[in-house]
Amino acid sequence: MSLLDVRDLSVVFQRRGERPFTAVDKVSFSVEPGQTVGLVGESGCGKSVTSLAIMGLLPRRGNKVTGEVNFDGADLLKLRPDDMRDRRGRDIGMIFQDPLSSLNPVVPIGVQVAEVLERHRGMDRKVAMKEARELLDAVGIPDPMRRLKEYPHQISGGMRQRALIAIALACKPRLLIADEPTTALDVTIQAQILTLLKQLVDETGTALIMITHDLGVVAGLCDTVNVLYGGKVVERAERHELFARPRHPYTHGLLNSVPRLDSPRGERLHAIRGSVADNIPWVEGCAFAPRCDNVVDACLEGTPPLEPTATGGDLRCNNPVSEEVAVP
Amino acid sequence: MLRVIVRRLLQLVVTLIGLSLLVFVWLRNLPGGPIEALLGERATPERRALLVKALGYDQPILVQYAKFMQRLLTGDFGNSIRSGDPVTEVIGRAFPATIELAAAAMIIAIGLGVPLGYLAARHRGRLLDNMSIAGTLLGISIPIFFLGYLLKDVFTQNMHWFPPSGRMSTGVDNTEVTGFFVLDGLLTREFDASADALWHLILPALTLATIPLAVIVRITRASVLDVLNEDFVRTAEAKGLRHKTIRGRHILRNALLPVVTTIGLQTGALLSGAVLTERVYNWGGLGTLIYNSISGGRDYPVLQALILLAALVFVVVNLLVDLSYAFIDPRVRVR
Ligand SMILES: Nc1ncnc2c1ncn2[C@@H]1O[C@H](COP(=O)(O)OP(=O)(O)OP(=O)(O)O)[C@@H](O)[C@H]1O
Ligand code: SF4
Ligand SMILES: [Mg+2]
Repeated sequence: MSLLDVRDLSVVFQRRGERPFTAVDKVSFSVEPGQTVGLVGESGCGKSVTSLAIMGLLPRRGNKVTGEVNFDGADLLKLRPDDMRDRRGRDIGMIFQDPLSSLNPVVPIGVQVAEVLERHRGMDRKVAMKEARELLDAVGIPDPMRRLKEYPHQISGGMRQRALIAIALACKPRLLIADEPTTALDVTIQAQILTLLKQLVDETGTALIMITHDLGVVAGLCDTVNVLYGGKVVERAERHELFARPRHPYTHGLLNSVPRLDSPRGERLHAIRGSVADNIPWVEGCAFAPRCDNVVDACLEGTPPLEPTATGGDLRCNNPVSEEVAVP
Repeated sequence: MLRVIVRRLLQLVVTLIGLSLLVFVWLRNLPGGPIEALLGERATPERRALLVKALGYDQPILVQYAKFMQRLLTGDFGNSIRSGDPVTEVIGRAFPATIELAAAAMIIAIGLGVPLGYLAARHRGRLLDNMSIAGTLLGISIPIFFLGYLLKDVFTQNMHWFPPSGRMSTGVDNTEVTGFFVLDGLLTREFDASADALWHLILPALTLATIPLAVIVRITRASVLDVLNEDFVRTAEAKGLRHKTIRGRHILRNALLPVVTTIGLQTGALLSGAVLTERVYNWGGLGTLIYNSISGGRDYPVLQALILLAALVFVVVNLLVDLSYAFIDPRVRVR
């Protein structure tokens, strides 16, 4: 059985006096124990909203969440708020994009690690601090004894993200959600953090949902990849399959816009034309149609369905990129 | 930290010297004055000249100031012109009354203001929030004098819930230790005296508390709203922490920074509110003393000392604010 099974998850934002906005539209995917699953797509496609909905962290008002989030036999969306609170940080950990703003500036690092141990593992402060020291050590923070008493502004960006990883993994959750954990960091630090994450999930057997707009991150980490566009899954494939033979024109475009070491010198990168602003609503056709090179008549006659592919993935496209010409 | 304190104290000394000179010159250029007050409008010029000389007012103003400063350094503020008692004694008698009143007002303002502001922010846009916005608007705009008489009218004349004026009922036996009556009663175990003093304290303290209460509610609300949007609050929620922990450690500790500054400013502003409140409730503190020293014929020595005292209180309170700021916010500490 899957560890996490998301079924038809939708999130509609509804502000007074505004048109309802569907940020996440019937998204389904699952995560097996120990597996690393990627959620990929450009800014605004609903990656963060999906993860916040899974965690039950969306604002209490102004949105409607439907569908199922089955985790460990229970639908998280139906849990009482207090039961969900018991699970957050214990069964599911989460790390965020900006490590500086994600840490409380007026509380020492040690306390910020220890409090989650006190909450979920019933430790008292002294024991929790000892454990916190070991956790900081495990995520590669040098001189952890000293760091316990320091404040977020006193340590570097990379170390802050390491501290947040220590916090998220403190209670050995079975699932970790990482929402663009390296976007705010220097390139060299990015690689270190990714290596650390990979090592930790391998060692502990934690399943990981890796949210990113960076296919490079996916290439190094994920077993399965879900490509999101306009709040919907448009392609799902096993990692090697996706990189070798992207079928959806959007995925194809994303891959072509990534610089490759082996591409001939002087060859231009093909950015996807237009922007998300050109999207049409899914009900009127394929949201990607205005930017798509493969568009056919059917694309403007209702939402293309998500259908299984021969290689075990799923695809939502009327005229996919043919398997032979997939990648140059 | 020590360096900050020393620097602030030096600043304080400079401020006080400058202020004292200003006040000195300003007071002596006001129309009316102690001579008229003491002798009446129709005193003979000879008698006036004699008194002016006796008080030293015939000398150049800077000479007067120099003498005043000289005596000040030995702790001598001179004598009240009205009563003839040493200024330190006159002020010492009134000081505890006002501090007791101001402290009670601030306890009310902070004790109610911070929780109310927090709740309003958490229920943003709903009934409680709208009520608090309307209430604080009223609290800020209603004149203290008017509110004081209104409360007094309703709760003493009509309902007889509270005594109309003074700090203590006549006939209550109390021993003065600190001059803070509520505290004294507790110290000497004369609990009935404490209760009586508290009973007298409630209405004036409420009156004086309205403005700081309203301001603290507003600042707390705005500040909590800011903090609620911060990423670290989301992190705290993602950790599954209890409400209590998130509220105290993560929201309020950050939200209180601007509130603490406000508390400092409001404590300074309390002094002006105290003058009016003390008039309404016949409180007999510094406010009353200021009023009497101005209207009862410019009592220069007392007024001078009072203004300097007010400045001193203001600066000390703000020093305390800065220190507590540094205590709450580690980012300030390193500087
Ligand atoms: N609280 C909210 N109220 C209204 N709309 C929201 C809210 N949060 C997000 N949205 C909208 O939902 C859409 C998806 O947002 P989301 O944050 O999930 O994007 P994302 O894929 O994480 O993008 P990014 O790469 O920029 O983080 C966006 O169009 C955003 O404007
Ligand atoms: S469905 Fe049509 S428009 Fe949409 S991606 Fe496929 S080919 Fe392009
Ligand atoms: Mg996001």
